[in-house]
Amino acid sequence: MSSYIADVTVMLKPVVNDPQGLVVRAGLEKLGFAGVNGVRVGKEIRIEIEAESTEQARTAVQEMSEKLLRNPVIEDYEIAIREAQRA
Amino acid sequence: MKFGIAVFPGTWSDRDCAHWVELAGHDAVMLWHKDTDLQRVDCVILPGGFSYGDHLRTGAIARFAPLMNEVSAFAQDGGYVLGICNGFQILCEAGLLPGALARNSSLEFRCEPSWLRVETSSTAFTRGLEVGDVLQVPVSHGEGRYVADSATLDELERSHRVVFRYTAPDGGPVGDATPNGSMHDIAGIVSKAGNVAGMMPHPERACEPLLGGVDGNRILESLALLDVAGVA
Repeated sequence: MSSYIADVTVMLKPVVNDPQGLVVRAGLEKLGFAGVNGVRVGKEIRIEIEAESTEQARTAVQEMSEKLLRNPVIEDYEIAIREAQRA
Repeated sequence: MKFGIAVFPGTWSDRDCAHWVELAGHDAVMLWHKDTDLQRVDCVILPGGFSYGDHLRTGAIARFAPLMNEVSAFAQDGGYVLGICNGFQILCEAGLLPGALARNSSLEFRCEPSWLRVETSSTAFTRGLEVGDVLQVPVSHGEGRYVADSATLDELERSHRVVFRYTAPDGGPVGDATPNGSMHDIAGIVSKAGNVAGMMPHPERACEPLLGGVDGNRILESLALLDVAGVA
């Protein structure tokens, strides 16, 4: 068994209006940052998990994402996974 | 009628809902989130609040509570379920109602009066009302923006399952003045079978003149028209 760290990024689907993103974008413009074409605000969920392999860890985290971490009606998710550094 | 009122950790409108139904002459029993017995109630109310702190997403944890397994089975058998505010969010998370409730477009928590146009009188929850009636019922939420894909919205509209829509006090179009930016100004919907309803506004907070109005009682009056004999 190895330890893995999975970062699950949950974002509102592109078709769902994201008022937080609009406010952040307006804030950036107010600060003088030019060229910002869009801002979306999501959340990141970091999961530390024991598994036999990266693939097994990914499968487990995928199942967690489908069942609980995202709402399929309004949210998409992406998983980035890496082996944890040994102490 | 006998109402069962769900209590999750963080629910805050449970006692208000009990007061509401008792004031109308009904019985109320509280259903704890770990309960697996619905005590043969005629209707389950999922009240407002912040179940399990609303962590992750509103209603996301509550839908997995032991009580919700029973509520789902009850609903599938035709039992009446009314989700108010957080209860509506839980019903959507549980897949008992379509769509989702997202962050208000204002990004503000809104606690204020709202006006609801009755869009159908052919549900158990509105059969004592007429289409076009306007009810004044307060809202109190930060995540009440009803969102669904266009196919779901079309289906809801076509099958007259939008129960309440935000409206101006005179029944006219609400424009940009909805409390939350809901698609199609949707404030409440009903399931395909017609026995599960969800709404963001709080009818239990419009049950006595002291509270500023009694329009919330119209929903209970509709439910009281049910012949509940034979409902488990």
